[in-house]
Order: sequence, then C-alpha cells, then structure tokens
Amino acid sequence: MTVAGDRRLLEETAHAILGLDDPWPALEEAGLTGVGVPESAGGSGGDLADVAVLLRAQGYHAAAVPLAETLLAGRLLATTEHAMPSGPLTVAPGRFARRVPWARDAYRLVVLDGERAALVAPEDAEITPGANVAGEPRDDVTVRAGLASVECPVSAEDVLLRGALFRAVQLTGAMRRVLELVVRHAGEREQFGRPVGRFQAVQQQLAELAGEVAVADVAVRAALRTPDDEVAVAAAKLNASRAAGVVAGVAHQAHGAIGVTSEHPLGALTTRLWAWRDEFGGETHWARRLGALGRVPWETVTRTDTSPTTVTW
Amino acid sequence: MALPELEPGVLPPGAERLRAEVRAFLAAAEFEPRCDAWLTGADPGFSRELGARGWLGMTLPAEYGGRARTALERFVVVEELLAAGAPVGAHWIADRQMGPSLLANGTDGQKREFLPAIARGECFFAIGMSEPGAGSDLASVRTRAEHADGGWRLTGTKVWTSGAHLAHAIVVLARSAPGGPRHEGRHEGLSQFVVRLPGDGVTIRPILGLSGEHHFNEVVFDGAPAELLGREGDGWRQVTAELAHERSGPERFLSTFALVRLVCSLAPGVASGRLVGRLWALRQASLAVAGALAAGRSPDLEAAVVKDLGTRFEREVIDVAREQLAVEPDPASPDLAARLLAQAVVQAPGFTLRGGTNEILRGIVARGLGVR
Ligand SMILES: Cc1cc2nc3c(=O)[nH]c(=O)nc-3n(C[C@H](O)[C@H](O)[C@H](O)COP(=O)(O)OP(=O)(O)OC[C@H]3O[C@@H](n4cnc5c(N)ncnc54)[C@H](O)[C@@H]3O)c2cc1C
Repeated sequence: MTVAGDRRLLEETAHAILGLDDPWPALEEAGLTGVGVPESAGGSGGDLADVAVLLRAQGYHAAAVPLAETLLAGRLLATTEHAMPSGPLTVAPGRFARRVPWARDAYRLVVLDGERAALVAPEDAEITPGANVAGEPRDDVTVRAGLASVECPVSAEDVLLRGALFRAVQLTGAMRRVLELVVRHAGEREQFGRPVGRFQAVQQQLAELAGEVAVADVAVRAALRTPDDEVAVAAAKLNASRAAGVVAGVAHQAHGAIGVTSEHPLGALTTRLWAWRDEFGGETHWARRLGALGRVPWETVTRTDTSPTTVTW
Repeated sequence: MALPELEPGVLPPGAERLRAEVRAFLAAAEFEPRCDAWLTGADPGFSRELGARGWLGMTLPAEYGGRARTALERFVVVEELLAAGAPVGAHWIADRQMGPSLLANGTDGQKREFLPAIARGECFFAIGMSEPGAGSDLASVRTRAEHADGGWRLTGTKVWTSGAHLAHAIVVLARSAPGGPRHEGRHEGLSQFVVRLPGDGVTIRPILGLSGEHHFNEVVFDGAPAELLGREGDGWRQVTAELAHERSGPERFLSTFALVRLVCSLAPGVASGRLVGRLWALRQASLAVAGALAAGRSPDLEAAVVKDLGTRFEREVIDVAREQLAVEPDPASPDLAARLLAQAVVQAPGFTLRGGTNEILRGIVARGLGVR
C-alpha cells in the first residue's frame, strides 16, 4: 500500500501507528518502512518531504524503531542495483564501524566498502552491543568475510550528511512534543495556589524553549529543501542539537521531580534529545565544518538560496 | 495554545540578480563598515543614493513614488546593506515602518506629501512612543492630544527618540481621549499623530549615549500642531501593527555582523562556524516571518522569537570576537577590530531593549503558548 501520495493522510497514519506500543509490524504493513524509496527499487514511493513527515512523527512519539535507519538504507540501496529487502535495515559506513544504530536487530546491514556496498546479515558480522542514553542499540560492527558487493555512488561522507539531516528532523519532532508536555504541565501543576505557569520565571523559561524549537524547526524545514547543501544541513543539525540541550534542560526544570521518573513520558523524549544531538555530528562537529568552509560568512549564509533543490539520493 | 511554527520563506525569482546589483554597488561605495549602523550610522547622502537606485520605499506603490516591489525583495536589499555595515541609519525608520504605516493609515494628502520623499531618501522619520513614565508599559503614555482650530495640538514629552534631530517628521502616540474602565480599557483613547520637524512648539534636546554620541533625544511638545494619522482612537492597533514590521527584520541579528566577518577571516574555526550556523538559522526564521507577513498573516509570536533570539545572538558575537581576536575595545584605534568592538560593546545594552525588551517579548511568547 502506498500512502505517500497524500501528505496529510501520511501524517495521520504515521501518528496513529507510531503512537502504538510496538509500531514496527504496522509500519511494515502500511508500507511506511519503504517511504522515500522508489517502488522500482523495492520501496513504496514518495520523496524526502514524506520521509521527513515520518521522522518527525517518530521523534514526536519517541518510538523505539529503526525507521530512520531503514529509510536511510533504502534510499542508499536505490542508488545501487540491489533491491531494498523488507525488514529493518541499517547502514554501516565501513567494514569497521562504531556505534551503528540497531545493527543487532537489523535484517540486513548495508555495509559501505570504498565505492561499493554489500548487504550483510548480522550473523555474518561481529557485533559488539552498545546503546545510547535512550537505550537504543548502538553496536560496533566488524565485517571480515569477503563481500559480494555492488557499485555504490554514496560515500560514508554522504551518509554522515544525510544521517545528520534525518536526526535533525527527528529532534524537531521530539522537541515539539516536549514543548506540548511542558506547556500542559505548567498549566496543570499547582503550587502556592496557582498553576506554576503563572510564575513569570517559569514563563520566561518556556518562552526560551519555544524560541529554540521554532528556530531549529524552520532551519530544518529549510534544509530539507536543499538536502545536498552542506551548509544547510550543517546549520540545521547544529541548531537542532543546540536546541535539544536547551529544551531538555528547561523541560526538566519546569516539570520538577515527576519529570525524572521513568514512568513519565518526558524521559523517553529527553534521553533521545541528549543522544540524537551528538549522533551524526554534534554542534562542534558541524561548527568546525562551517568554520572551514570559507572566510566570507555572508556568502556562506546566503548561498543556500541558490542551491539546487534536486536530491542526489 | 499556539505553538510557534514557520514555513521557510521563498525568495522571489530575480532576487539573486537584485542581490548581485546591491553587492556590486556596496563594493564600490565608500564608507567604513560599522556595528549597529542601522541605528547609529546616519549618512543622508548615502540614503539619497539608495533612493536614486530604487532601494527605498521599495514596497510602496508607484503612484506614491514607490517601486511596487515585494516585501521579500526588500528583505534581500536590506540584509545586504546590513551585512555590509552600511550607514543606513538616517532613513531606516522611515523606510522600515513609517512608509508602510502611512500607506495603510494615512490620508491621500499625507501619502502624497511623505511617501515619494521617503522613497527618494529625502524624508526621515522618528518614532515618538516612549516617555519618561511609559517604557515597556507603552499604553500608559501621557502625551495629550487636544482639538484646536480644526486640527490637533500635542503636549507632553517623548524620550529615547532615535534620530529626531535629523528627522523631518515624527509619529507620536498620544492620548486623545480618556481610557476605558478596567485594564484593557487603557488601550482605548490612543491615537497616532504626525508632527513635522523642526516645528512650532517642539523642542528637541540631545540625550548623549554611553560613549558621548548623539543618537537619541528628548522631544518636548508644548501645544505643537499635529495631524491625525489614521483613525482617532485606533492608535493602539496601529502601533501594534507597526511593531510587527519593527521586530523581526534582519537588523535584529545583524547589528554586530561586521565582527562576525572579522572573526571568520582572522580566526576561522569552530567558534566562527558556530556563529555562521546560528546566523543561517536566524536568517531563515526572519525570512519565514517576512514571508508570513507578506502573505497577510500576523506571526506575532514568531516575530517576538526572532527578536529575542536574534538580539541575544548579536551579543554573543561580542564575546566570541573578544575570545578569538584578543583585542581591546577602542573607538579611536587604528585597528578596525578594536573600533568595531568598541561600537558593539557600547551599543549592546540597547540591542535587547529597543523595540520592546526581551522580557516583554518572552511574555508575548508565553501568552501565545497559553501559560500566561
Ligand atoms: C538604543 C535605543 C533606541 C531607542 N529608540 C527609541 C525611539 O526611537 N523611539 C521610542 O519611542 N523609543 C525608543 N527607545 C525606547 C525603548 O522602546 C524602551 O527602552 C523600551 O520600550 C523599554 O522601556 P524602558 O527603557 O522604559 O524600560 P522599562 O520598561 O522601565 O524596563 C526596565 C526593565 O524592567 C523589565 N520589565 C518591565 N516590565 C516588565 C514586565 N511586565 N515583565 C518583566 N520585565 C519587565 C524590562 O524588560 C527591563 O529589563 C529606544 C531605546 C534604546 C535603548
């Protein structure tokens, strides 16, 4: 089934499914694990904007599924002669790769090897389990066996750039939900006979949080229009990662102790904010890249206006 | 609860050609780049030159001397001027807010008198909102407007009036009738007036800034003749609409851009890249607000966000520059970095005050979120 044609329907479907306890089977059933991958390559069609709708919803629900990884791998495979297999996928950007998301749970790893790529079953790789602070698998992967690989125009560097954009989108989804939670909590929790949101000290903090969310959100939406432009993606990830820290900090302060319990929904979101902000490069990584780009900052800042909106992969 | 949300702005076709024209002009123009040039760098000759090139009053209709360009084309021109640190202070207020405000609210006579002159860069305006007793609480203004000889006369004192000593006219918010009962009622009975400068019954006295510069003024009205602007009693709504234009433009994150340029050229690295990345996002946010305004929406909450985060970025730049350039601020130094830093440091307190303080802006955001 293809739902990517209608973006509003896609969004509604995504939220309905990603809010479930175990969304993966329903995601596959609805064809959402192949969105953004041409049908001719084994996907369900749709473009990067559709992918963004899914990733935002996944972040919003803090859903523990390798959706971003599967879509990234699917789009990568679409540039090769491999069809996209069904089942969860992930990309290992080399034969020795650290902190590969969801490697142990993947049906296949897409392993980059120079200018070639191979589909590898986890059983055929050495996998050392690890995790991020949200408990999502981040495994070290070593692939020793000879690989039956195919030509692949996408480099590890390209994966870093696209992965950063994907994480940035996920971050904005999670931050939106945190904003909603914190506004609701500030309106409901009463101390000194009034909702804590009536205190100006709390209001000013919430405004700060909302401001960071708004700026990160528009930066990420803008970068999605020119996803191959390094400046746009670097700035989007830098601002989303920066915002993540502010948002998590303010949200916990405003929630008080209830927010730091594992039963409360806030923690599943903030632990992902803390993890995702550093994955595929944190603020410093992308700041260094931007700093190295040129000594004429105004040209760097405005050059995205004329960047091609075509997407290489 | 309204959550801030912005669609990225889209520049119109032809924007890049326009940008290239402005860049070529700026590359050949002679001026020393300044920090905060849009408020403290006045050069009437430069303003007239921009007018001659069609870069003032751009969005005004041709019948009033404008160029009938879009708001986003104007965005391109002003961001280029600001990034260059060009001396645009003389005409800034007239071009940014009084032109649009006169177009929306003025009589045909007022439009014919002021708009073509604004577009030529020959008519500068001042903003007469703040008073000694009315800062953040703007609705508490006490300047009185009274009917006299078929017109109006103003009595009262305005302060912090930027550029009043260079301006040809000032728009004054005054009380033309008592406010209504209860708190909200204070917004009733306010009206806007135009007063020509210099004029009978108007005394302009300099108020010197931290480094002794003459930038703003006290303006005392003693029965000064004034013309109503817009509808009597509609002043609060008109002022609020004006503030939307005032709050989210690129001048709210580019006041210290001359320092960003120096840091990037002399000390490129993580710190300079961080500034560039932040700037990229703030510009996208500002552009998105401009797009929303042009589409007839009123993104008040988002405009407040841009000004809050943008002006704090302007201050952050100062600290990064100090860290990376290791230079002492000195207004008379032969070293450009020392001069720019001196300008920035001294003007910085104003960044987060003028046009509504950041605390007030965050209050607007909090109200939008529904917690206030
Ligand atoms: C460089 C510069 C140029 C200016 N140019 C002009 C001009 O051309 N025309 C003009 O009319 N005005 C101008 N102003 C004035 C400007 O609009 C006022 O400074 C501003 O509105 C704040 O008023 P205030 O200075 O009286 O501060 P106050 O309102 O007295 O505020 C003092 C402090 O209290 C805080 N505060 C006040 N109320 C609240 C509240 N409800 N909640 C939380 N905190 C609060 C403020 O945020 C601030 O930190 C200019 C100001 C500057 C600095």
